[in-house]
Formats: sequence, C-alpha cells, structure tokens
Amino acid sequence: MSEGVQDIVADWSSDQRAFKKVPWGKAMMWIFLLSDTFIFTCFLTSYMTVRMSTTVPWPNPSEVFALTLFGHHIPLILIAIMTFILISSSGTMAMAVKFGYEKNKKMTAILLVVTALFGASFVGMQAFEWTKLIVEEGVRPWGNPLGAAQFGSAFFMITGFHGFHVSVGVIFLLITATKVIRGDLDNERPGFLTGRKGNYEMVEIMGLYWHFVDLVWVFIFAFFYLW
Amino acid sequence: MAHAEGQQHPISIYFWIWGLLFVFSAGSYMVDYLQFHGFLRWSLIILFMLLKAGFIVAIFMHMRWERLALVCAILIPMGVLLVLIGLMAIEADYTFFTRGIFFGAG
Repeated sequence: MSEGVQDIVADWSSDQRAFKKVPWGKAMMWIFLLSDTFIFTCFLTSYMTVRMSTTVPWPNPSEVFALTLFGHHIPLILIAIMTFILISSSGTMAMAVKFGYEKNKKMTAILLVVTALFGASFVGMQAFEWTKLIVEEGVRPWGNPLGAAQFGSAFFMITGFHGFHVSVGVIFLLITATKVIRGDLDNERPGFLTGRKGNYEMVEIMGLYWHFVDLVWVFIFAFFYLW
Repeated sequence: MAHAEGQQHPISIYFWIWGLLFVFSAGSYMVDYLQFHGFLRWSLIILFMLLKAGFIVAIFMHMRWERLALVCAILIPMGVLLVLIGLMAIEADYTFFTRGIFFGAG
C-alpha cells in the first residue's frame, strides 16, 4: 500500500480522533459545508431538471440581466460585477486568516471588515437585481412574461438561498472582527453562546464558510447565468 | 501558547490565486459577451468553473495542505451527487419526450 493509503487506514482506525492535527471546529465546519453542498446541488439539479424538461423556451439570462450603463447596453454586466466583488472578498478573507495566525490583530480585523463590506455590497446588488426583475420585468415564482414559468421559481430559490448565506456570513464576519479587535482570541475569552475559548482557528473556520459561499456562486454563475 | 496546527503560507500565493480567479471570471464572462454557442460555449463555461472551484478549494480553503483522511472524507461523498445529476438528467429527458408526445400532438 502507498504511504497515503496507509495514513488513511491508520487515521480512520485510531481511537478518539480520525482527523489528526485538524482542530475539531474546522473538521465540523467541513462536515457542515459538505451537507450544504448537498442542499445547493439539490437546488441546481432540480433547476437542471425543470429546464431540460420544459417545452416552453427558457428566458435568455444574457438579456434578462443586461443593464444599460452610460448609454451602452451591456449583457450580464451586474452579475459580472457581483462575481468580481465576491472573488475579491474571498481574497481579503484568505489574507485575514494568514494575518490571524501571525497574531496581527489590526490587519486581521481590517481585512475581516473589508470582506464584510464586499459581502454587504454583493447583497445590495442582489436586492437591486431582485427589485428590477420583480417590479420592471414582472417575474414571479409561478410565472413570467419572458418564457418558461419555472425560470422564476428556480431563480428566486437558488439566488435567494445563496443571498441568505452571504447575509449570515456578513453578520458572522462582523462578530469575528469584533472578537479579534477586542483581543478575545489572544486572551482565550469564552464565547457568548458556546463558552468555547477564543483562538485564531476561529478566523480560519470563518474563512472556510466564506470561501464556500464564493464557491457556490461559481457554480450558480456558470449554470444559471451563463448557460 | 504555540499553535503548530495553523495554516501558514506566504501572502504572495493568495495574490496569485486572486489574480487567476479574476482572469478565469473574465474568461467566462467573455464567453457570454462574445456570444459563443453550442459545444464551445458549454465546454468553456465548465472549464472555467472547474478551474475556479479547484483553486478556491485547494488554496483558499487550504485543502491542498490537509491530511488525506480529511480530504477523502469531504470530496468522495460529493461523487454521489454526480449519480443524482445523471439520474435526474435521464428523468428530465424522458419528461421532455413525453410532453412532446402528449402536448405536441394535440
């Protein structure tokens, strides 16, 4: 057996702890993200099913999400901007984790707040997009004037659930930033709800969640907006 | 108190990946902007999507540096989802076929 396979067998068959050298909070966040992957895949798969099986033409997302900026008609531009914003927030988050492990409180907190601001602007643009679709285009979960009725239900369900994830992430980013700047992670101050002692692994666990939100958007962007 | 378990990597790698993700996103946007269609369109969309997802998971989420036991525990169950997608694609195809027969003929 190769060394990697032997490691897996040894880890899984050992007492007490399968994920060696992995803080349990991080392992549990990964398990949560795995379950979240299943939820989002169910949404995207049902979207695939209704889109493949409908006999009515599907609305062209490139046109539906086009905007006229400075007199130019640009397809899908708002979604492209939202994509770049979310990727940038992932970049600042990754750096916040790095500065966290270096115990650089100031940089960590600043980068966490910048990440939260990117996230909040993403949700803001999504609210704008929803308003435009509902008020101007007349898209409803049960039908729309552009084509297949399933377009609305798939759109509101998928982007709504993703936007909810981003919103929750923004709240927890601000909570984590507060803990960092207050020195809770240096002083191992117990958390408000759980009583867990603070440490800088919390920033990395927060980061895992945030990168996952970005990851889901990669798939939504590809399958819902570009396809 | 020493934390030997933390993930410590040079900051340059995050800037590199950030830049790459921008390039891939711009690439997938161009697929729409230039109005590619058919095989070229969806193969490029999937290529850019998988590249972006891979770099986010491997570098930003540090999966590349995790132990194989954790990597397998997270990535292997996702294979089940491919089965679900395959089954639902067959089912949707069949629904489309029957709708064509029963709605189209009338």
